[in-house]
Order: sequence, then C-alpha cells, then structure tokens
Amino acid sequence: MIEFRSVSKRFPDGTLAVDDFSLELPAHKVTVLVGSSGSGKTTVLRMINRMVDPTSGAIFIDDEDIATVEPVQLRRRIGYVMQNSGLLPHRRVVDNIATVPRLTGVSKAKAQQRALELMDVVGLDRSLARRYPNQLSGGQQQRVGVARGLAVDPNILLMDEPFGAVDPIVRSDLQQEVLRLQRDLAKTIVFVTHDIDEAFLLGDHVVLLESGGRIVQKGTPEEILAAPANDFVATFIGADRGKRALTQKKVSGRTVLIDGDGNPAGVLTT
Amino acid sequence: MNWLVNNYESILPLLLNHLRLSVIPIAVGFVVSIPLGWLAWRFKLTRGVLLTLAGLLYTIPSLALFTILPPLLGLPYLSETPVIIALTIYALAIMARSAADAFGSVDAGVRQSATAVGYSAWQSFWQVELPLAGPVLLAGLRVVAVSTIALVTVGALVGVKSLGYYFTDGYQRHILFEVLTGLVLTMALALVIDALLVLLGRLALPWARMRPARLPRVPVAMPHNIGKVAA
Repeated sequence: MIEFRSVSKRFPDGTLAVDDFSLELPAHKVTVLVGSSGSGKTTVLRMINRMVDPTSGAIFIDDEDIATVEPVQLRRRIGYVMQNSGLLPHRRVVDNIATVPRLTGVSKAKAQQRALELMDVVGLDRSLARRYPNQLSGGQQQRVGVARGLAVDPNILLMDEPFGAVDPIVRSDLQQEVLRLQRDLAKTIVFVTHDIDEAFLLGDHVVLLESGGRIVQKGTPEEILAAPANDFVATFIGADRGKRALTQKKVSGRTVLIDGDGNPAGVLTT
Repeated sequence: MNWLVNNYESILPLLLNHLRLSVIPIAVGFVVSIPLGWLAWRFKLTRGVLLTLAGLLYTIPSLALFTILPPLLGLPYLSETPVIIALTIYALAIMARSAADAFGSVDAGVRQSATAVGYSAWQSFWQVELPLAGPVLLAGLRVVAVSTIALVTVGALVGVKSLGYYFTDGYQRHILFEVLTGLVLTMALALVIDALLVLLGRLALPWARMRPARLPRVPVAMPHNIGKVAA
C-alpha cells in the first residue's frame, strides 16, 4: 500500500503543484490518477519514487517512510514506465530491459535471460532483442518500456502517461496488454493519464485531480459514472454531453444499447 | 624530383614526429574537455566563463603563443614542450565548446528516465550521458584533430621538427617541390587520422547510425522493376 499524508510540493519557481494531498493507494490494484495538465498528477506520481521530494508531508510504502530510503535504492525496486518509452537509444532492446537488474549486480547472462523471458511476457518477438530502440515502432518501444519496468519484479509499477504518444489502435492493444498482465501479476500500479476513457478502462480505482492535486472525486469507475461529484466531474467524464448515456432500442426482438453519438454500444442481455 | 630522391629518408622521421606532436595535444585536449564541457553544460555560470575564455584563447596567434610560453613557464626556447602545450590549449579551446554542446545534445527525457529507473548520478554520467554525447564529441574531435595536425607545422618556425620543416626549408632554398611535398604529406596525415576517427566512431557508437523505424515498405514500381511489383 502507498499512502500520502498531507503532502505538498512547491517548486523553486513558486508554483504550488500539489497542495495538502492525502490518499491511500491499495496494494495489488490499479489506481489511475487522471486530470488535465497542471493538475499535479505527474508530480504526485514522481513523489512515489523520489524523483520529486515533497516540501511537506510524508509518503509511506507499506508503512515505511520513503524519505528515509536512499532515492537510488528506492527507484531500483519500483518499476517506471514513461511516455516515449524513455529507452536508452544506445542499448539494444535486450540490454534496455536488463538495465535495472544489471545496476543491482545481477550477472549479464542471467539478466539477459530474464530480459528475453520478459519479452515473451509483454508480447514482443525475441527476434527484436538485438535491435536498437529506434529500430522499433512506437508501440513496440512502449512494450520494451513495460518489460523494463517489470525487470526486477517490483511490487510497484509507476506508469506516467505511457501510451500518450502512440496511435489509438496501438494504444488500445497496449491497454489490453496491461489488463492481461495485471490479471497475471497483480502489481500495485499507479497510472497517470489525462484520458478518462483510459482511466475507466484500466483503473480499479480512479482519482480525479484538479489543479494543485486537489482530489475532486475518487472511487471505482462505476461509482464515478453513477454519481459524478460535481459539474467538473460530469464535464470531464463527458456525462454532461450525454456521452455516457446509453439508450435502449429494440432491434429484431433484442435490446440494443445506443451511445450518445448514436452508435450501437452493445446488446442488453438481461 | 631530384629533391625527393635525395631527401626521401627524411620523410618518415618527420612524419612520425609530426604524428607524435599532434596526438598528445589531441588526446589531452579531448580528455580534459570532457569534465570542462560537462561543467559548462551543467552550470549556466561556468558555461559563460568557460566558453568565453576558450574563445579568447583561440584568438591568440599560434606563433605568439609558441614564443611567449617558454619564458612564461621557464622552458627553453626551441624545445617542443611549449609547442605541445600551446597546441593543447587550442585543442581544448575548440573541444570544450564541442563537449558542452555534446552533453546538451543528450535527450532530457532519456536522462530523466535513467534517473527514474535507478541510475546514480555517477553511473548515469558514464553509462548514459557520455555515450550519448559520443556523436557530437566525435564531430568536435575530428575538427580538433585536423586543425592540430595543420597547426603543428607552424612549430617549424621555432625549430620544432615536423612536416612543417619542408615549408621553412623549401621556402629558404626556393624548392617549390619540397613545400608541396610537406603540404601533401600534412594533408594526407590529417585525412588518415580523420578516417581512423570515423572508423573508431563506427565501432564505438554502432547505434548512432541506426535510423528510426520506418513504416513497412511497400514496393513501388520504378523504371528498373516495372512489371515485377506484385499488384
């Protein structure tokens, strides 16, 4: 479990990015932080592996105050996946995945063997192992990024808008991949996005943030859809535009559900 | 031609000495420029000071530096040490700027991701920043190498033996062919060293030549394969 207790962050330029933020993120679940740019969601994420240190307040991982953990050691036991993959362009795919185990002293042969296994896990063909990152497509690079994040088998995986820069079809593939991985691995995942659909798809828990990291609403996707806390949430999730409203239509004796755009969304079974 | 027949034995020793006089400043300049360039890149204040100083040093005429350095450092005139020191200063003056640019060329996202996955600052420098600065460092090094090899010849004016000897000797004895020989050999040496550096770069930085992934290539009918492209 990750716990934020009254955490604030003021950057040297005076910006108050996060103001008195408190939240518990349950273990083995996907918590999605969603908000527009400037909502402080990425700052919140980066405080978990001490890329950013809070100005006040404290963060605990399994009741351990992370301020007492050496940042480099802390980061090596937390997986991190970022936008544009963040892969090292001068290392081959297999070495990129093996990066963190190598840093922690695992032998090269062992780390590479594990890297190849991880390529299977994230659905990458092993024939890509000897390539350099820029010889891969954007979607493949993100898969390598995920594999690298999993390489030390961390309990926690931080994902900072990992699929923001890939095209919609690839993004959808990657999202399904994350869901599949999560069914198998049950990591504590903290996922940051500005895409509410992505948040609802992936999140066991969704936390909607407004500027300064102010929590507007948190809950399961169902809870948020059923009862948006205010107009801001309604607008953000598209409820106010009727985007989330499904209407029934009888077709050939069955009930088809029609979404806000007039497109069929599915069939009502009971 | 007669000159060449009578003097070919002098070529190899002068060439080797020229090489030695060039390699030391190039190597020292390169190595010292890396920490300086990193500092210049990392801290705005040092950047201004360092790069201005480097620029100023480079404006000092080489012959002046060759003659000023001996009394300044208590070295004998007509020795090669002041020449090597002066050439090192020039090498450093060019290379420091290149090195600062080289570290600046490293993608900020990659740097940040290295930190995020657990590289310490020291590991990140050696394993991420330095290799990724490689291509720009190499470009700077090539300029330094060629310019140093050319500058070594000026040392002949203060009696330091190199291929530049053919310029001063040829000029005094009015043997144009001797001057041309010196010129061609100097240029050849520069080109060979440059080619070696390029080769070294290819070996050390294999990733730098990899082009970004392209979309799957669709065969297009071109004059040479008309009729062979499947519809």
